[in-house]
Amino acid sequence: MTLDEICRLLEGEFLSGQAKRGEEVSIVGATDLMSDALAYMKPKSLLLTGLANIQVVRTAEMADLKAVCFVRGKQLEASVIEEARSEELPLMRTPFPMFKACGILWQKGLNPCF
Amino acid sequence: MEKNPHKDSDRDTRAIFISKVQELAYEMKVEQVMTPNAVSVPPEMRMDDLRILMQKERISGVPVVTGGAVQGLVSIEDLMNYLASDEKGRTVAEKMSKKVTTVFKDDPLTRAVNLFDMTGFGRFPVVDRGTGKLAGVITKGDIVKGFLKRLEVEYHEEEIHRYRASHFFEDIVADKATLTFHYGVKGGDFAKAGRASSGLKKTLSRLGIKPEVIRRVAIASYEAEMNMVIYSKGGRLSAEVTPEIIKVTATDVGPGIPDVEKAMQPGYSTASPWVREMGFGAGMGLPNIKKCSDHMVVNSVVGTGTTVEFIIGV
Repeated sequence: MTLDEICRLLEGEFLSGQAKRGEEVSIVGATDLMSDALAYMKPKSLLLTGLANIQVVRTAEMADLKAVCFVRGKQLEASVIEEARSEELPLMRTPFPMFKACGILWQKGLNPCF
Repeated sequence: MEKNPHKDSDRDTRAIFISKVQELAYEMKVEQVMTPNAVSVPPEMRMDDLRILMQKERISGVPVVTGGAVQGLVSIEDLMNYLASDEKGRTVAEKMSKKVTTVFKDDPLTRAVNLFDMTGFGRFPVVDRGTGKLAGVITKGDIVKGFLKRLEVEYHEEEIHRYRASHFFEDIVADKATLTFHYGVKGGDFAKAGRASSGLKKTLSRLGIKPEVIRRVAIASYEAEMNMVIYSKGGRLSAEVTPEIIKVTATDVGPGIPDVEKAMQPGYSTASPWVREMGFGAGMGLPNIKKCSDHMVVNSVVGTGTTVEFIIGV
């Protein structure tokens, strides 16, 4: 599924990395714990998280994640979005809570990390 | 009992291969491996004409379609049963299997693999989710061919990486070459935490090191760097790169770890709540480093500082 379709399903918006909206994702992980993301997420997967700080962008960079989607309409500091832009990392934001966002993507056939 | 190193490495290679194929099965889509524009027949076709068609096309099963929509599947088995009976002049609609399992074009390959496993069928018609019309046919052979093609492409990319990396070291005239990179890490500075690992990751990428190796180095370095930021007054992250290995050393000035063995246990943490709010401090740092590396040593002196050293093969 493309990032664009995911964004639409979650009624979300892009905060950075719009140029990559056509890229495909098939594996999703959801956690607020960055060590969990580093340990268990697959390269090129999508991270759903309620954590809104610079370390999310770093984690995505280190673990070669495809994109990050923040849940519950989290507000981000400009420096976080700026960092994501310079790393060409797509950031999205959905108004939905974590459980609902996961449910929607699961129902549409996206896969867990393991 | 003595350990047989060959057995272990065989198992490791197989484990890596299986997880690679599993990953591909999740990543790849049915439409990437299916046979598009596959032969289909109308329900009113006579079974005798089907025999000629199947012989000519050398296929063992055909989707039955009206106006693009799949009505059934007629296989060589249906044809043989028909020929063995005394019936004459029957149509495909009368002999086909009406209960057909189909897959969608945009389904992950893993769905098709599981269905082949569960049903024992040889082929599935592939349907476009949007229009509901037949888009192609997928067989087990298509899946195997798709995997092999993809693995070949990845192998080729890996060869290019290897060439670039080996080339870099070949250009250096020395009996033994080691590149060393140093990065300073400031204790308590969460906003800048991760910059050292980010710099190291970009540098390794420019050297042409394989992406899977870089990812392991990056994750382990980042965990080590976060530990320095969270618990110490700061320190230095250094990486030594040779054609064979990457050795990373994270040395800090700080309180040290009283019980290293305990700190290595997953879930053990002394982190304060503010660290947990940042998404760390769940007692996964050192276990994560160990998981990513081939060899790891922690040396700590209480009241002085900690050194974490890990080695990852290139």
